[in-house]
Amino acid sequence: MHINDVKSQFPIFSKKINGKPLVYLDSSNSAQKPISVINSLDNFYKNEFSNIGRSIHSLAVNATNKFEETRMNVKKFINASSKDEIIFTKNATESINLVATTFGYQNIKKGDEILITELEHHSNYIPWHYLRETRGAIIKFAPINDDGDIIIDKLKELITSKTKIIAVTHVSNVTGTVVPIKEIIEIARKKNIPVLVDGCQSAPHIKIDVKDLDCDFYAISCHKVYGPTGVGILYAKKKWLEKLPPYIGGGGMISEVKKDKVTYASLPEKYEAGTMPTAEVVAFNESIKFMESIGIENIIKHEKELTNYALEKMKKINSVNIIGNPKNKTSVISFTIKGIHPHDISTIVDEQGVAIRAGHHCCQILHERLNLSATARASIGVYNTKEDIDILCKAIENCRKVFDLK
Amino acid sequence: MDLKQLYQDIILEHGKSPRNFGKCEKYTHKAKGHNPLCGDQVQIYVKLDNKKKVEDLTFEGSGCAISIASTSIMTELVKGRTYKIVKKLVKNFINMIKNVEEIKLENLDEDQKTKVMSLSGVKKYPMRVKCATLAWHTLTSAIDQKNEEVNTEASDS
Repeated sequence: MHINDVKSQFPIFSKKINGKPLVYLDSSNSAQKPISVINSLDNFYKNEFSNIGRSIHSLAVNATNKFEETRMNVKKFINASSKDEIIFTKNATESINLVATTFGYQNIKKGDEILITELEHHSNYIPWHYLRETRGAIIKFAPINDDGDIIIDKLKELITSKTKIIAVTHVSNVTGTVVPIKEIIEIARKKNIPVLVDGCQSAPHIKIDVKDLDCDFYAISCHKVYGPTGVGILYAKKKWLEKLPPYIGGGGMISEVKKDKVTYASLPEKYEAGTMPTAEVVAFNESIKFMESIGIENIIKHEKELTNYALEKMKKINSVNIIGNPKNKTSVISFTIKGIHPHDISTIVDEQGVAIRAGHHCCQILHERLNLSATARASIGVYNTKEDIDILCKAIENCRKVFDLK
Repeated sequence: MDLKQLYQDIILEHGKSPRNFGKCEKYTHKAKGHNPLCGDQVQIYVKLDNKKKVEDLTFEGSGCAISIASTSIMTELVKGRTYKIVKKLVKNFINMIKNVEEIKLENLDEDQKTKVMSLSGVKKYPMRVKCATLAWHTLTSAIDQKNEEVNTEASDS
Protein backbone atom coordinates (compact mmCIF):
# COMPACT_ATOMS: atom_id res chain seq x y z
CA MET A 1 0.00 0.00 0.00
CA HIS A 2 1.32 3.43 -0.89
CA ILE A 3 1.61 5.83 2.02
CA ASN A 4 -0.77 8.31 0.34
CA ASP A 5 -3.51 5.67 0.29
CA VAL A 6 -3.28 4.91 4.00
CA LYS A 7 -5.71 7.53 5.32
CA SER A 8 -8.55 6.27 3.14
CA GLN A 9 -8.29 2.90 4.94
CA PHE A 10 -9.52 4.48 8.17
CA PRO A 11 -13.31 5.03 8.27
CA ILE A 12 -13.08 7.49 11.16
CA PHE A 13 -11.48 10.10 8.91
CA SER A 14 -14.73 10.53 7.03
CA LYS A 15 -16.26 11.84 10.27
CA LYS A 16 -16.41 15.51 11.15
CA ILE A 17 -15.40 16.74 14.61
CA ASN A 18 -16.97 20.05 15.60
CA GLY A 19 -17.83 20.47 11.93
CA LYS A 20 -14.21 20.08 10.85
CA PRO A 21 -12.33 17.13 9.33
CA LEU A 22 -10.65 15.12 12.07
CA VAL A 23 -6.96 15.81 12.52
CA TYR A 24 -5.97 12.97 14.82
CA LEU A 25 -2.69 13.61 16.60
CA ASP A 26 -3.17 11.39 19.63
CA SER A 27 -1.84 8.10 18.28
CA SER A 28 0.65 7.68 21.12
CA ASN A 29 -2.37 7.43 23.35
CA SER A 30 -4.23 5.06 21.05
CA ALA A 31 -4.20 4.66 17.29
CA GLN A 32 -7.22 4.63 14.97
CA LYS A 33 -8.22 1.35 13.30
CA PRO A 34 -8.05 0.47 9.60
CA ILE A 35 -11.13 -1.01 7.94
CA SER A 36 -9.52 -4.46 7.71
CA VAL A 37 -9.27 -4.67 11.51
CA ILE A 38 -12.85 -3.45 11.95
CA ASN A 39 -14.10 -5.92 9.34
CA SER A 40 -12.25 -8.75 11.02
CA LEU A 41 -13.96 -8.03 14.36
CA ASP A 42 -17.31 -7.77 12.62
CA ASN A 43 -16.80 -10.96 10.63
CA PHE A 44 -15.55 -12.97 13.58
CA TYR A 45 -18.57 -12.13 15.71
CA LYS A 46 -21.01 -12.58 12.82
CA ASN A 47 -19.66 -15.74 11.24
CA GLU A 48 -16.90 -17.38 13.23
CA PHE A 49 -17.41 -16.82 16.91
CA SER A 50 -16.46 -19.51 19.36
CA ASN A 51 -14.28 -19.75 22.41
CA ILE A 52 -10.86 -21.22 21.72
CA GLY A 53 -8.83 -24.17 22.94
CA ARG A 54 -11.62 -26.02 24.70
CA SER A 55 -14.41 -27.46 22.57
CA ILE A 56 -13.72 -29.65 19.58
CA HIS A 57 -16.53 -28.57 17.27
CA SER A 58 -15.72 -26.96 13.92
CA LEU A 59 -16.23 -23.37 15.00
CA ALA A 60 -13.92 -23.85 17.97
CA VAL A 61 -11.23 -25.42 15.80
CA ASN A 62 -11.40 -22.58 13.31
CA ALA A 63 -11.33 -19.92 16.04
CA THR A 64 -8.38 -21.60 17.73
CA ASN A 65 -6.49 -21.78 14.43
CA LYS A 66 -7.07 -18.10 13.73
CA PHE A 67 -6.04 -17.15 17.25
CA GLU A 68 -2.81 -19.11 16.86
CA GLU A 69 -2.23 -17.62 13.43
CA THR A 70 -2.00 -14.19 15.08
CA ARG A 71 0.50 -15.60 17.55
CA MET A 72 2.63 -16.90 14.68
CA ASN A 73 2.51 -13.52 12.98
CA VAL A 74 3.42 -11.65 16.16
CA LYS A 75 6.37 -14.01 16.49
CA LYS A 76 7.50 -13.04 12.99
CA PHE A 77 6.66 -9.35 13.52
CA ILE A 78 9.08 -9.04 16.45
CA ASN A 79 11.40 -11.87 15.38
CA ALA A 80 10.95 -14.10 18.41
CA SER A 81 12.50 -17.57 18.43
CA SER A 82 9.34 -19.47 19.21
CA LYS A 83 5.58 -18.93 19.31
CA ASP A 84 5.73 -20.11 22.92
CA GLU A 85 7.44 -16.85 23.77
CA ILE A 86 4.37 -14.82 22.78
CA ILE A 87 1.82 -14.37 25.58
CA PHE A 88 -1.42 -12.51 24.98
CA THR A 89 -2.47 -10.22 27.81
CA LYS A 90 -5.06 -7.50 28.34
CA ASN A 91 -2.59 -4.70 27.56
CA ALA A 92 1.07 -3.79 27.99
CA THR A 93 0.33 -2.73 31.56
CA GLU A 94 -0.73 -6.28 32.35
CA SER A 95 2.33 -7.62 30.53
CA ILE A 96 4.61 -5.60 32.79
CA ASN A 97 2.60 -6.49 35.89
CA LEU A 98 2.90 -10.16 34.95
CA VAL A 99 6.69 -9.90 34.91
CA ALA A 100 6.97 -7.72 38.02
CA THR A 101 4.72 -10.04 40.02
CA THR A 102 6.11 -13.41 38.95
CA PHE A 103 9.74 -12.31 38.71
CA GLY A 104 9.40 -10.41 41.97
CA TYR A 105 7.91 -13.43 43.70
CA GLN A 106 10.85 -15.56 42.71
CA ASN A 107 13.74 -13.13 42.78
CA ILE A 108 13.17 -9.96 44.79
CA LYS A 109 14.05 -9.81 48.47
CA LYS A 110 14.26 -6.87 50.87
CA GLY A 111 17.01 -4.49 49.78
CA ASP A 112 17.22 -5.80 46.23
CA GLU A 113 17.34 -3.13 43.55
CA ILE A 114 15.22 -2.51 40.48
CA LEU A 115 16.65 -0.05 37.98
CA ILE A 116 14.25 2.00 35.84
CA THR A 117 14.61 5.45 34.28
CA GLU A 118 13.15 8.94 34.57
CA LEU A 119 11.47 8.43 31.19
CA GLU A 120 9.14 5.65 32.29
CA HIS A 121 5.37 5.65 31.89
CA HIS A 122 3.59 4.93 35.17
CA SER A 123 2.90 1.42 33.88
CA ASN A 124 6.63 0.68 33.98
CA TYR A 125 7.00 2.13 37.46
CA ILE A 126 3.94 1.26 39.56
CA PRO A 127 4.24 -2.55 39.09
CA TRP A 128 7.81 -2.28 40.44
CA HIS A 129 6.65 0.08 43.16
CA TYR A 130 4.42 -2.74 44.43
CA LEU A 131 7.59 -4.74 45.03
CA ARG A 132 8.93 -1.81 47.00
CA GLU A 133 5.79 -1.92 49.12
CA THR A 134 5.47 -5.67 49.51
CA ARG A 135 9.08 -6.85 49.39
CA GLY A 136 11.10 -3.85 50.48
CA ALA A 137 12.77 -3.54 47.09
CA ILE A 138 14.66 -0.36 46.20
CA ILE A 139 13.83 1.44 42.97
CA LYS A 140 16.53 3.49 41.29
CA PHE A 141 15.93 5.93 38.46
CA ALA A 142 18.55 6.35 35.75
CA PRO A 143 18.60 10.10 35.08
CA ILE A 144 18.09 11.90 31.78
CA ASN A 145 19.76 15.06 30.51
CA ASP A 146 17.84 18.18 29.46
CA ASP A 147 17.55 16.87 25.90
CA GLY A 148 15.58 13.87 27.16
CA ASP A 149 18.33 11.29 26.62
CA ILE A 150 19.23 8.77 29.31
CA ILE A 151 22.70 9.43 30.68
CA ILE A 152 24.19 6.00 30.08
CA ASP A 153 27.24 6.55 32.30
CA LYS A 154 24.94 7.38 35.21
CA LEU A 155 22.83 4.34 34.47
CA LYS A 156 25.99 2.20 34.63
CA GLU A 157 26.92 3.74 37.98
CA LEU A 158 23.52 2.82 39.41
CA ILE A 159 24.01 -0.89 38.71
CA THR A 160 25.20 -2.75 41.80
CA SER A 161 25.47 -6.36 42.90
CA LYS A 162 21.93 -5.95 44.25
CA THR A 163 20.40 -4.95 40.91
CA LYS A 164 17.99 -7.74 40.04
CA ILE A 165 16.29 -6.37 36.93
CA ILE A 166 16.42 -3.36 34.61
CA ALA A 167 13.11 -2.10 33.20
CA VAL A 168 13.31 0.58 30.54
CA THR A 169 11.16 2.03 27.81
CA HIS A 170 12.20 1.64 24.18
CA VAL A 171 10.68 5.02 23.24
CA SER A 172 9.46 7.82 25.51
CA ASN A 173 5.80 8.72 25.14
CA VAL A 174 6.60 12.35 26.00
CA THR A 175 9.87 13.29 24.30
CA GLY A 176 9.86 10.54 21.67
CA THR A 177 13.40 9.62 22.76
CA VAL A 178 14.54 6.36 21.20
CA VAL A 179 16.50 4.77 24.02
CA PRO A 180 19.70 2.89 23.04
CA ILE A 181 18.20 -0.35 24.32
CA LYS A 182 20.81 -2.57 22.75
CA GLU A 183 23.60 -0.74 24.52
CA ILE A 184 21.77 -1.00 27.85
CA ILE A 185 21.14 -4.71 27.34
CA GLU A 186 24.81 -5.28 26.55
CA ILE A 187 25.74 -3.54 29.80
CA ALA A 188 23.20 -5.66 31.70
CA ARG A 189 24.37 -8.90 30.03
CA LYS A 190 27.87 -8.44 31.39
CA LYS A 191 26.41 -8.40 34.89
CA ASN A 192 23.85 -11.11 34.19
CA ILE A 193 20.89 -8.81 34.87
CA PRO A 194 17.65 -9.42 32.93
CA VAL A 195 16.09 -6.51 31.03
CA LEU A 196 12.43 -5.72 30.45
CA VAL A 197 11.65 -3.34 27.60
CA ASP A 198 8.42 -1.33 27.46
CA GLY A 199 7.71 -1.35 23.73
CA CYS A 200 4.42 0.56 23.71
CA GLN A 201 5.72 3.54 21.80
CA SER A 202 8.16 1.65 19.60
CA ALA A 203 6.00 -1.13 18.15
CA PRO A 204 3.96 1.12 15.81
CA HIS A 205 6.97 3.19 14.72
CA ILE A 206 10.23 1.28 14.50
CA LYS A 207 11.43 -2.19 13.60
CA ILE A 208 11.45 -4.54 16.55
CA ASP A 209 13.78 -7.49 16.64
CA VAL A 210 13.82 -9.13 20.06
CA LYS A 211 16.49 -11.61 18.97
CA ASP A 212 18.82 -8.84 17.91
CA LEU A 213 18.07 -6.80 21.06
CA ASP A 214 18.54 -9.92 23.19
CA CYS A 215 16.03 -8.54 25.74
CA ASP A 216 14.48 -10.85 28.31
CA PHE A 217 11.00 -9.31 28.23
CA TYR A 218 9.25 -7.00 25.76
CA ALA A 219 5.77 -5.51 26.32
CA ILE A 220 3.47 -4.29 23.52
CA SER A 221 0.06 -2.64 23.53
CA CYS A 222 -1.92 -3.72 20.46
CA HIS A 223 -4.36 -0.79 20.38
CA LYS A 224 -1.42 1.53 19.74
CA VAL A 225 -0.41 -0.64 16.78
CA TYR A 226 -3.67 0.04 14.88
CA GLY A 227 -5.24 -2.95 16.62
CA PRO A 228 -8.24 -3.54 18.89
CA THR A 229 -8.33 -2.57 22.56
CA GLY A 230 -8.12 -5.33 25.15
CA VAL A 231 -5.04 -7.04 23.75
CA GLY A 232 -1.47 -6.74 24.86
CA ILE A 233 1.58 -8.85 24.20
CA LEU A 234 4.30 -10.06 26.44
CA TYR A 235 7.36 -11.43 24.72
CA ALA A 236 9.57 -13.33 27.14
CA LYS A 237 12.50 -15.63 26.59
CA LYS A 238 11.34 -19.18 26.96
CA LYS A 239 13.74 -19.89 29.80
CA TRP A 240 11.94 -17.25 31.88
CA LEU A 241 8.42 -18.40 31.06
CA GLU A 242 9.41 -21.93 32.00
CA LYS A 243 11.08 -20.87 35.22
CA LEU A 244 8.65 -18.22 36.51
CA PRO A 245 5.42 -19.20 38.29
CA PRO A 246 2.05 -18.67 36.62
CA TYR A 247 0.37 -15.29 37.07
CA ILE A 248 -3.43 -15.50 36.87
CA GLY A 249 -4.98 -18.82 37.80
CA GLY A 250 -8.10 -20.35 36.31
CA GLY A 251 -9.38 -22.20 33.30
CA GLY A 252 -7.16 -22.93 30.36
CA MET A 253 -3.85 -22.62 32.19
CA ILE A 254 -3.84 -26.00 33.91
CA SER A 255 -2.63 -29.45 32.98
CA GLU A 256 -4.23 -31.49 35.77
CA VAL A 257 -6.35 -30.49 38.74
CA LYS A 258 -6.72 -32.68 41.84
CA LYS A 259 -8.00 -31.89 45.30
CA ASP A 260 -4.47 -31.81 46.66
CA LYS A 261 -2.44 -30.89 43.62
CA VAL A 262 -2.50 -28.74 40.47
CA THR A 263 -0.14 -28.87 37.54
CA TYR A 264 0.04 -26.16 34.93
CA ALA A 265 -0.30 -26.12 31.17
CA SER A 266 2.75 -25.79 28.96
CA LEU A 267 3.60 -22.56 27.15
CA PRO A 268 2.03 -20.30 26.15
CA GLU A 269 -1.24 -21.41 27.81
CA LYS A 270 0.36 -21.35 31.26
CA TYR A 271 0.00 -17.57 31.15
CA GLU A 272 -3.35 -17.27 29.39
CA ALA A 273 -5.99 -18.05 32.02
CA GLY A 274 -9.68 -17.54 31.39
CA THR A 275 -11.43 -16.67 28.14
CA MET A 276 -9.15 -14.51 26.04
CA PRO A 277 -10.21 -11.52 23.90
CA THR A 278 -10.61 -13.92 21.03
CA ALA A 279 -12.06 -11.68 18.32
CA GLU A 280 -9.58 -8.96 19.21
CA VAL A 281 -6.53 -11.22 19.00
CA VAL A 282 -7.79 -12.55 15.66
CA ALA A 283 -8.30 -8.98 14.41
CA PHE A 284 -4.83 -7.96 15.53
CA ASN A 285 -3.47 -10.18 12.80
CA GLU A 286 -4.96 -7.66 10.36
CA SER A 287 -3.08 -4.83 12.11
CA ILE A 288 0.19 -6.61 11.50
CA LYS A 289 -0.76 -7.27 7.87
CA PHE A 290 -1.69 -3.59 7.54
CA MET A 291 1.72 -2.47 8.87
CA GLU A 292 3.49 -4.98 6.62
CA SER A 293 1.51 -3.94 3.54
CA ILE A 294 2.96 -0.43 3.91
CA GLY A 295 6.37 -1.65 5.04
CA ILE A 296 8.05 -0.57 8.26
CA GLU A 297 10.76 1.27 6.33
CA ASN A 298 8.12 3.38 4.57
CA ILE A 299 6.35 4.05 7.86
CA ILE A 300 9.60 5.21 9.45
CA LYS A 301 10.41 7.45 6.47
CA HIS A 302 6.93 8.99 6.36
CA GLU A 303 6.74 9.69 10.07
CA LYS A 304 10.27 11.09 10.14
CA GLU A 305 9.46 13.52 7.35
CA LEU A 306 6.25 14.65 9.01
CA THR A 307 7.93 15.03 12.41
CA ASN A 308 10.72 17.16 10.98
CA TYR A 309 8.17 19.23 9.07
CA ALA A 310 6.10 19.73 12.23
CA LEU A 311 9.08 20.56 14.43
CA GLU A 312 10.38 23.13 11.98
CA LYS A 313 6.98 24.76 11.63
CA MET A 314 6.10 24.70 15.32
CA LYS A 315 9.45 26.16 16.37
CA LYS A 316 8.67 29.21 14.25
CA ILE A 317 5.49 29.96 16.21
CA ASN A 318 6.12 32.55 18.90
CA SER A 319 6.18 31.27 22.48
CA VAL A 320 5.99 27.58 21.47
CA ASN A 321 8.53 25.47 23.33
CA ILE A 322 9.29 21.90 22.22
CA ILE A 323 10.00 19.50 25.10
CA GLY A 324 13.28 17.64 24.74
CA ASN A 325 15.73 17.37 21.90
CA PRO A 326 16.85 13.74 21.95
CA LYS A 327 19.53 12.37 19.61
CA ASN A 328 17.09 10.00 18.00
CA LYS A 329 13.34 10.38 18.22
CA THR A 330 10.04 9.08 16.92
CA SER A 331 6.98 11.08 15.99
CA VAL A 332 5.94 12.27 19.45
CA ILE A 333 6.05 16.05 19.90
CA SER A 334 5.33 17.46 23.35
CA PHE A 335 5.18 21.23 23.67
CA THR A 336 4.10 24.15 25.79
CA ILE A 337 2.96 27.65 24.87
CA LYS A 338 4.10 30.38 27.23
CA GLY A 339 1.02 31.88 28.86
CA ILE A 340 -1.44 29.13 27.90
CA HIS A 341 -2.00 26.00 29.97
CA PRO A 342 -1.91 22.72 27.96
CA HIS A 343 -5.54 22.00 28.86
CA ASP A 344 -6.62 25.27 27.37
CA ILE A 345 -4.54 24.50 24.27
CA SER A 346 -6.26 21.14 23.88
CA THR A 347 -9.76 22.62 24.22
CA ILE A 348 -9.03 25.38 21.72
CA VAL A 349 -7.45 23.20 19.03
CA ASP A 350 -10.29 20.70 19.44
CA GLU A 351 -12.60 23.35 18.02
CA GLN A 352 -10.62 23.01 14.77
CA GLY A 353 -11.06 19.22 14.84
CA VAL A 354 -7.52 18.70 16.13
CA ALA A 355 -7.18 15.90 18.70
CA ILE A 356 -4.07 16.20 20.89
CA ARG A 357 -3.43 15.19 24.48
CA ALA A 358 -2.71 17.47 27.41
CA GLY A 359 -1.52 16.60 30.90
CA HIS A 360 1.38 14.61 32.29
CA HIS A 361 0.79 11.65 29.94
CA CYS A 362 1.19 9.20 32.83
CA CYS A 363 4.76 10.44 33.32
CA GLN A 364 4.77 12.49 36.50
CA ILE A 365 8.38 11.61 37.30
CA LEU A 366 9.52 12.93 33.92
CA HIS A 367 7.42 16.09 34.20
CA GLU A 368 8.84 16.77 37.64
CA ARG A 369 12.35 16.29 36.25
CA LEU A 370 11.56 18.78 33.48
CA ASN A 371 9.95 21.20 35.95
CA LEU A 372 6.63 21.08 34.15
CA SER A 373 3.20 20.35 35.59
CA ALA A 374 1.71 19.50 32.20
CA THR A 375 2.48 19.53 28.49
CA ALA A 376 0.50 19.38 25.26
CA ARG A 377 1.37 16.47 22.97
CA ALA A 378 0.86 15.95 19.27
CA SER A 379 1.71 12.40 18.25
CA ILE A 380 1.88 11.39 14.62
CA GLY A 381 0.65 8.13 13.16
CA VAL A 382 1.01 6.52 9.77
CA TYR A 383 -2.21 8.17 8.51
CA ASN A 384 -1.19 11.76 9.22
CA THR A 385 -0.31 14.18 6.45
CA LYS A 386 1.38 17.53 5.97
CA GLU A 387 -2.07 19.11 5.83
CA ASP A 388 -2.73 17.77 9.34
CA ILE A 389 0.41 19.53 10.56
CA ASP A 390 -0.61 22.76 8.80
CA ILE A 391 -4.03 22.63 10.51
CA LEU A 392 -2.37 21.92 13.87
CA CYS A 393 -0.08 24.94 13.48
CA LYS A 394 -3.01 27.16 12.50
CA ALA A 395 -4.93 25.89 15.53
CA ILE A 396 -1.93 26.71 17.75
CA GLU A 397 -1.89 30.23 16.28
CA ASN A 398 -5.57 30.43 17.15
CA CYS A 399 -4.74 29.61 20.80
CA ARG A 400 -2.53 32.66 20.83
CA LYS A 401 -5.34 34.70 19.33
CA VAL A 402 -7.95 33.50 21.85
CA PHE A 403 -5.55 34.31 24.68
CA ASP A 404 -4.62 37.59 23.07
CA LEU A 405 -0.87 36.80 23.16
CA LYS A 406 1.39 39.19 21.31
CA MET B 1 -19.63 25.67 20.39
CA ASP B 2 -18.08 29.06 20.68
CA LEU B 3 -14.66 29.39 22.27
CA LYS B 4 -15.39 32.99 23.20
CA GLN B 5 -18.22 31.69 25.39
CA LEU B 6 -15.69 29.63 27.30
CA TYR B 7 -12.76 32.00 27.24
CA GLN B 8 -14.54 35.23 28.04
CA ASP B 9 -12.42 38.31 28.70
CA ILE B 10 -13.17 38.15 32.42
CA ILE B 11 -11.79 34.59 32.57
CA LEU B 12 -8.68 35.40 30.57
CA GLU B 13 -8.04 38.46 32.72
CA HIS B 14 -8.46 36.57 36.01
CA GLY B 15 -6.42 33.69 34.59
CA LYS B 16 -3.53 36.03 33.81
CA SER B 17 -3.76 38.17 36.95
CA PRO B 18 -5.48 36.16 39.68
CA ARG B 19 -6.77 38.07 42.72
CA ASN B 20 -5.92 37.06 46.28
CA PHE B 21 -2.99 34.92 45.18
CA GLY B 22 -0.59 33.86 47.92
CA LYS B 23 -0.78 32.78 51.53
CA CYS B 24 -2.79 35.11 53.79
CA GLU B 25 -1.52 35.91 57.25
CA LYS B 26 -2.97 34.13 60.24
CA TYR B 27 -5.24 31.84 58.26
CA THR B 28 -7.37 29.58 60.43
CA HIS B 29 -8.29 26.95 57.83
CA LYS B 30 -6.57 25.49 54.80
CA ALA B 31 -7.05 22.66 52.35
CA LYS B 32 -5.36 21.19 49.33
CA GLY B 33 -7.08 20.26 46.07
CA HIS B 34 -5.70 18.14 43.27
CA ASN B 35 -6.89 16.98 39.89
CA PRO B 36 -4.85 13.84 39.19
CA LEU B 37 -5.92 13.73 35.54
CA CYS B 38 -4.25 16.98 34.60
CA GLY B 39 -2.06 17.80 37.58
CA ASP B 40 -3.91 20.98 38.59
CA GLN B 41 -3.19 21.86 42.19
CA VAL B 42 -4.69 24.42 44.54
CA GLN B 43 -4.13 25.37 48.18
CA ILE B 44 -6.84 27.43 49.83
CA TYR B 45 -6.16 29.56 52.91
CA VAL B 46 -9.15 30.92 54.87
CA LYS B 47 -9.24 33.21 57.86
CA LEU B 48 -12.57 32.79 59.65
CA ASP B 49 -13.40 35.20 62.47
CA ASN B 50 -15.11 34.10 65.67
CA LYS B 51 -18.53 34.52 64.04
CA LYS B 52 -17.46 32.18 61.24
CA LYS B 53 -17.24 35.02 58.73
CA VAL B 54 -14.60 34.83 56.00
CA GLU B 55 -12.24 37.63 56.93
CA ASP B 56 -9.63 36.70 54.39
CA LEU B 57 -9.29 34.09 51.65
CA THR B 58 -6.31 33.45 49.38
CA PHE B 59 -4.93 30.65 47.25
CA GLU B 60 -1.78 29.24 45.73
CA GLY B 61 -1.45 26.71 42.94
CA SER B 62 -1.14 26.09 39.26
CA GLY B 63 -3.60 25.15 36.58
CA CYS B 64 -5.36 26.13 33.40
CA ALA B 65 -7.03 29.47 32.75
CA ILE B 66 -10.44 28.09 33.73
CA SER B 67 -9.25 26.74 37.07
CA ILE B 68 -7.20 29.81 38.01
CA ALA B 69 -9.98 32.21 36.97
CA SER B 70 -12.62 30.21 38.80
CA THR B 71 -10.51 30.24 41.97
CA SER B 72 -9.76 33.93 41.67
CA ILE B 73 -13.42 34.85 41.12
CA MET B 74 -14.41 32.60 44.01
CA THR B 75 -12.09 34.41 46.41
CA GLU B 76 -13.65 37.74 45.43
CA LEU B 77 -17.21 36.47 45.90
CA VAL B 78 -16.67 34.73 49.19
CA LYS B 79 -14.63 37.26 51.13
CA GLY B 80 -16.65 38.96 53.86
CA ARG B 81 -19.47 36.42 53.81
CA THR B 82 -20.70 34.19 56.59
CA TYR B 83 -20.11 30.44 56.66
CA LYS B 84 -23.76 29.77 55.87
CA ILE B 85 -23.84 32.00 52.78
CA VAL B 86 -20.49 30.60 51.59
CA LYS B 87 -21.86 27.07 51.71
CA LYS B 88 -24.89 28.18 49.74
CA LEU B 89 -22.77 29.97 47.13
CA VAL B 90 -20.57 26.91 46.66
CA LYS B 91 -23.59 24.65 46.23
CA ASN B 92 -25.23 27.01 43.75
CA PHE B 93 -22.05 27.42 41.75
CA ILE B 94 -21.37 23.70 41.46
CA ASN B 95 -24.98 23.06 40.48
CA MET B 96 -24.75 25.73 37.79
CA ILE B 97 -21.51 24.34 36.33
CA LYS B 98 -22.87 20.81 36.38
CA ASN B 99 -25.96 22.13 34.69
CA VAL B 100 -28.27 20.88 37.43
CA GLU B 101 -29.97 24.26 37.76
CA GLU B 102 -29.60 27.93 36.90
CA ILE B 103 -27.49 29.74 39.43
CA LYS B 104 -29.41 31.40 42.21
CA LEU B 105 -27.99 34.87 42.34
CA GLU B 106 -29.83 36.35 45.30
CA ASN B 107 -26.70 37.08 47.31
CA LEU B 108 -24.73 38.67 44.52
CA ASP B 109 -24.54 42.19 43.11
CA GLU B 110 -24.53 42.91 39.37
CA ASP B 111 -20.76 42.87 39.02
CA GLN B 112 -20.52 39.59 40.91
CA LYS B 113 -23.30 38.06 38.84
CA THR B 114 -21.41 38.92 35.65
CA LYS B 115 -18.27 37.27 37.00
CA VAL B 116 -20.03 34.06 38.02
CA MET B 117 -21.93 33.88 34.77
CA SER B 118 -18.66 34.24 32.83
CA LEU B 119 -17.84 30.74 34.05
CA SER B 120 -21.13 29.24 32.90
CA GLY B 121 -19.67 28.47 29.43
CA VAL B 122 -17.81 25.57 31.06
CA LYS B 123 -21.11 23.64 31.17
CA LYS B 124 -20.73 22.82 27.50
CA TYR B 125 -17.28 21.29 28.06
CA PRO B 126 -17.81 18.26 30.34
CA MET B 127 -14.09 17.49 30.46
CA ARG B 128 -13.42 20.94 31.88
CA VAL B 129 -16.05 21.01 34.63
CA LYS B 130 -13.52 19.71 37.14
CA CYS B 131 -11.18 22.59 36.33
CA ALA B 132 -13.89 25.06 37.34
CA THR B 133 -15.12 23.27 40.47
CA LEU B 134 -11.82 22.13 42.06
CA ALA B 135 -11.29 25.30 44.13
CA TRP B 136 -14.92 25.39 45.27
CA HIS B 137 -14.75 21.83 46.58
CA THR B 138 -11.43 22.66 48.22
CA LEU B 139 -12.94 25.71 49.92
CA THR B 140 -15.65 23.52 51.41
CA SER B 141 -13.04 21.09 52.65
CA ALA B 142 -11.13 23.97 54.27
CA ILE B 143 -14.02 25.61 56.11
CA ASP B 144 -15.47 22.30 57.20
CA GLN B 145 -12.02 21.24 58.40
CA LYS B 146 -12.21 17.92 56.69
CA ASN B 147 -8.42 17.75 56.72
CA GLU B 148 -8.33 15.71 53.58
CA GLU B 149 -7.00 16.54 50.17
CA VAL B 150 -9.75 17.14 47.64
CA ASN B 151 -9.28 14.83 44.71
CA THR B 152 -11.45 15.47 41.66
CA GLU B 153 -11.46 11.77 40.87
CA ALA B 154 -12.70 10.83 44.32
CA SER B 155 -15.23 13.62 44.86
CA ASP B 156 -18.48 13.84 42.96
CA SER B 157 -17.26 16.83 40.99
